[in-house]
Amino acid sequence: MHKFFIRSFVSSLVLLFTFTVAAIAKDVKAAFVYIGPTGDHGWTYQHDVGRKAVEAAGFKTTYVEGVPESADAERVLRQLANSGHDVIFTTSFGYMNPTNKVAKEFPNVKFEHATGYKREHPNVSTYAARFYEGRTILGTIAGTMTKSNVIGYVASFPIPEVIRGINSFTLAAQKVNPNIKTKIVWAFTWYDPGKEAEAAKALIDQGADVIAQHTDSTAIVQMAEKAGVYAFGQASDMDKFAPKAVLTSVENNWGPYYVDRVKAVANGTWNQKDTWHGIGDGMVVISDLDSQMPADLRSKVKKLQADLASGKVHSFTGPIYDQKGNLMVAEGKTADDGMLAGMMTYVKGVEGDIPK
Amino acid sequence: MIIDINFIGLIIASIMASAVPLILASCGELITERSGVLNLGVEGMMIIGAISGFALMTVTGSLIIAIFGAMLAGVLISTIFAFLTQTLITNHVATGLALTIFGIGISAMIGKNFVGIPGKEFPVLFEGFKDTIPLLGPILFGHSIVFYFAFALPFITSYFLKKTKTGLIVRAVGDSPESASNQGINVRLVRYACILYGGAMSGLAGAYLSMIYTPQWIENMTGGRGWIALALVVFSTWNPIKILIGAMIFGGLTIIQFHMQAIGVRIPVQFLTALPYIVTIIVLVVISRDSRKIRLSTPSSLGKSFYKDN
Repeated sequence: MHKFFIRSFVSSLVLLFTFTVAAIAKDVKAAFVYIGPTGDHGWTYQHDVGRKAVEAAGFKTTYVEGVPESADAERVLRQLANSGHDVIFTTSFGYMNPTNKVAKEFPNVKFEHATGYKREHPNVSTYAARFYEGRTILGTIAGTMTKSNVIGYVASFPIPEVIRGINSFTLAAQKVNPNIKTKIVWAFTWYDPGKEAEAAKALIDQGADVIAQHTDSTAIVQMAEKAGVYAFGQASDMDKFAPKAVLTSVENNWGPYYVDRVKAVANGTWNQKDTWHGIGDGMVVISDLDSQMPADLRSKVKKLQADLASGKVHSFTGPIYDQKGNLMVAEGKTADDGMLAGMMTYVKGVEGDIPK
Repeated sequence: MIIDINFIGLIIASIMASAVPLILASCGELITERSGVLNLGVEGMMIIGAISGFALMTVTGSLIIAIFGAMLAGVLISTIFAFLTQTLITNHVATGLALTIFGIGISAMIGKNFVGIPGKEFPVLFEGFKDTIPLLGPILFGHSIVFYFAFALPFITSYFLKKTKTGLIVRAVGDSPESASNQGINVRLVRYACILYGGAMSGLAGAYLSMIYTPQWIENMTGGRGWIALALVVFSTWNPIKILIGAMIFGGLTIIQFHMQAIGVRIPVQFLTALPYIVTIIVLVVISRDSRKIRLSTPSSLGKSFYKDN
């Protein structure tokens, strides 16, 4: 509760500031609504890096951090729309309904909602990144680099985004190494360094020598560094936190999209879109590959990266079976976006059940 | 999976490492509460300690300055609490809550410039002996100085309260400030000292998180551990040894539930996640059933302001 009060207070201050700025400026102004603090060094942090890119491109921006996914979001959105912002980016799934509701009241303001699927009004666009493409690359590396054939995976919450990542990672790892096992541990948090470190430690103690993560903090790669196993960075390049452990990172790169969309608003060319960009469009970026990886693996990964970018390779190419052996994707077919968006079953080879 | 004796040693060692911040903060708060002051600001003092330690380490490069700086930061912020509750006689609960809110807010503000900077490696002691003894090797050796201090602290605290004159004074002030005052004890001074000591220990607990356990700074990184430390004090019925047991059970179950998940035990994960909280409470309630002993160790004037001007 106390967090809520602080954030409401900070939000009000930011809004007050916004009103003042709105009175003087005439240029296109963009606002960003964040679920977490910009200091999380994860999801929100990366969106804020994107916002700074918009700022660097010469536009004025505002942000409100720590906005709960509740009626509060509506209030914040309404105030931002009222105070002269031309485009508002809402950067969490739970803002879906508030965004559409407020968009109806402000037809002249453009709304961009991240990771959602509802576009009920012509001034609402949605966008998301195909992070699973990055995880195909991580899986390929993990399957090749493991010696114990046990790969640990620290997951956050059982939602399609995370399940999709686990599946894509495991499929790729099995392709290069059919003997691997993916052990999954659910931390039920997006970031709590202590808990994440404990989860990673448990996996390492049980013999995992490569750790993947779908939580935000750098605690996991640091734990891997201490234990002398490999890991992958999440959301940003985490190499400097664990130079020996981190083989590469999957970076969330929102900047180009944000700059693009804000420019479109300025030029009057903005139109409703549903964007789901991956490696090809640069929304998902693979950091430098560590030199500990053998040269042939590095060139293989480079090629895979290029093929994923061009669309020659799809992360979910059939035949894919679920854990019970039912066919999910037929041979020669690829999973369509609808299936990917609602993916809530593990593929064959993943151990355990999805928590319900 | 491999269950050998060293594997068990490794698990116990990670359980102990995760219990360190809880033990430190709880033992500090225990002294504060034994003097009759209820400080709900543990979470706030911890997070201040975490950012101060990390910031000082980054800026000065000295781990010693950082550790003592974090403790000093805990002392400074608890001075605010002490001044408000002891000098201005404000309500303990409200002031403590305010301290937590203040701590979280101000740490986020200071921390803005420290996000995304890797921490330094903290030196560990007796690393070389780790493999000399099976099972006990990883438990006893290869930890930071703060780790050893944390596991000595409950025993020191227990000795201090039971066997020393100063400990007796603290308990007297917590049980009956009026009588203590009539005996010529400066109640306000004792309470000030106990609050500041609690602040120092909370600061150290925070610094352990940001400098040793997960060397980095991110907002809210204490993740509610301050509240757990507070609960441990109450459920242990103000007994430092039981704090140690409670912290070990809590840390232990958190880690064991991860191991159970990794082994593939088919228990709902949500239940496993709730397990540490449930079992810690049950165990502490069961081991503290003796109502006579509870009455003896509960500071009877806990949370009550002392008005007499001395």
